[in-house]
Amino acid sequence: MSLGELKLPDYREQTPAVAARFERIRQRPVTLKVRNLKKCFGSNGDAHIVFDNVSLDIHRREFICVVGASGCGKSTLARIVAGLDEATGGSILLDEKPVAGPGPDRGMVFQGYTLFPWLTVRRNVMFGLQMQGRDQNTAQSEARQWLDMVGLGKFENLYPHELSGGMKQRVAIARALANNPRILIMDEPFAALDAQTRCQMQSYLLQIWKKVDATILFITHDLDEAAYLSDRILVMASNPGRVVEFIENPVPRPRSDAQFLSPEFLALKKRLEEHIHPPSEVAEKLPMIKLTEAGDEVE
Amino acid sequence: MVLSFLVPLALWSALSYIPGLWHPLVHVTDAGSVDYFVTDMDVPRATFDQEVVKARAAGQDLPKGYLVNPVYLPAPHKVLFAFYTAFKTPPRLQNEPWLHESLGHSIRTIFLGFVMSSIFGLPLGILCGSYRFFAKLQEPFIEFFRYLPAPAFGALCVAILGIDDAPKIAIIFIGTFFQQVLVIGNTVRKVDPALLEASQTLGARGLRLMTRVIIPASITDIYTDMRILLGWAWTYLIVAEVVGTMSGITLFINQQARYRHFENVYAAIAMIGIIGLSTDMFLAWLGTVLFPWKRRARSGSSKFKWIGKLLPQPPVSASEPTKPVEEKPAAELNVAR
Repeated sequence: MSLGELKLPDYREQTPAVAARFERIRQRPVTLKVRNLKKCFGSNGDAHIVFDNVSLDIHRREFICVVGASGCGKSTLARIVAGLDEATGGSILLDEKPVAGPGPDRGMVFQGYTLFPWLTVRRNVMFGLQMQGRDQNTAQSEARQWLDMVGLGKFENLYPHELSGGMKQRVAIARALANNPRILIMDEPFAALDAQTRCQMQSYLLQIWKKVDATILFITHDLDEAAYLSDRILVMASNPGRVVEFIENPVPRPRSDAQFLSPEFLALKKRLEEHIHPPSEVAEKLPMIKLTEAGDEVE
Repeated sequence: MVLSFLVPLALWSALSYIPGLWHPLVHVTDAGSVDYFVTDMDVPRATFDQEVVKARAAGQDLPKGYLVNPVYLPAPHKVLFAFYTAFKTPPRLQNEPWLHESLGHSIRTIFLGFVMSSIFGLPLGILCGSYRFFAKLQEPFIEFFRYLPAPAFGALCVAILGIDDAPKIAIIFIGTFFQQVLVIGNTVRKVDPALLEASQTLGARGLRLMTRVIIPASITDIYTDMRILLGWAWTYLIVAEVVGTMSGITLFINQQARYRHFENVYAAIAMIGIIGLSTDMFLAWLGTVLFPWKRRARSGSSKFKWIGKLLPQPPVSASEPTKPVEEKPAAELNVAR
């Protein structure tokens, strides 16, 4: 691991421009407020704690990434915010109002696309709009606008199975944004895509986010992705799931691929690496097997 | 598919046309001196050989005949011919039905039974699949009733509904309905929960969750279930037609058997198979028209293309490609901007 040997700035160091941006973000109203959220599975006696004591504030138009080792409950957190799972304790406030059950004010993009296979691309995007009571024509023209926004205007009459993975996910993003949700929850949306498409989708997402008034809660296990996309990164640890750090991303915006090797990026990534892959002590404690009979000495 | 039919057909032809392969009987053409032989009578080969030896020893006229299979195994060409003649030959008695009338009667019985079963079974199955409340309310009883064999209700149906078509339709109904509710309930339950969750985050709830998500998500599988259930309805048909006054294709088969016209019996049985298979293939093709999102480039429509050629073409939008469209990243980025 060469990251450790490089001389890097502290990940908390911010250029004046970045610091000023965070100051502005802090002035914005809080869209989502999570307080002492707790989730257990099983009966109350010997329940398995998924996570406990998770609190965070997300300001309007902020881009929050959640990273953590598998099992820390980051996807469960997303599902609870979306209303698809119920929390065991704590509270979630959206615009100061408690949330209960799934609703169109919290859009969600899933890893598995979840487009409706029986609807064309346009009708998929129209689905939420019609559920809001929009009439056919309004829904249709709004859906077209959103499809143009994600660059799929000419594919509106295709069925989902005729699209590639990246295109499907862009339809899913358009479908979620068309509802004008207060917060867009994205649960590892690009994890199923190949590396190239994923990079492309990340730039796409930043472009879209620039154009719309969207607050994003983005779950990922890809540290590069988190560092590239986020304003702030919520780092979670497992057993039991908990928040270990809420990092302000020092990488200035606008972002580009060139920044992947910038000192700020590497410093941030090193910090994330330390959280997610702490130096292992297990290997040290293993008994050493010496292959003396074969004449080989283990180093 | 063609091969799967050729193998049994070849076996049948071999048994019928290769002399001595089976042919356990001799068809007598000339009784000769054997007093108990009659022309056109079938006797076992051993008996015939014995009589020939006896007649030769006594110096009398030899009986003549040729090897045949028993009358219940007619040769393929006879059955094929019967296919033609069965539609042309008038019935022996005046009030007996023609083959096509028998078939029409059977198809009508099946159709009515199946439609009536579906009118109740489809909605109930979808309800059971969608709401646990309905599943708990209905399914235990239906599970119990499903095990009661439909023919067991024959006498009861006749007592209540008379001896004509009503009890036959009722038996097909009983045979189909209970399976239908359970099978469709199960299919509806298998709808991808991720689709339900996605639709809920888009604001779908209550009845619209059912009409806009659950039903369209499961409709193709329900359609397949219905095709399989229709096959079951045919198996109940033969039982149903014996109830009360025998009717339809069963009556035809029984009468032809009584007259020992076994080639007609085979023709009628084969006719049921042909009607069943062609109905199913038609429905499979219809499925690809009704559910365009199930149409894939590699399967589905291609298998039934020839049926499609016989029928009006399904509406396909001209812009619709059969292969997944590849992305053109640079160009689309410009569009997005």
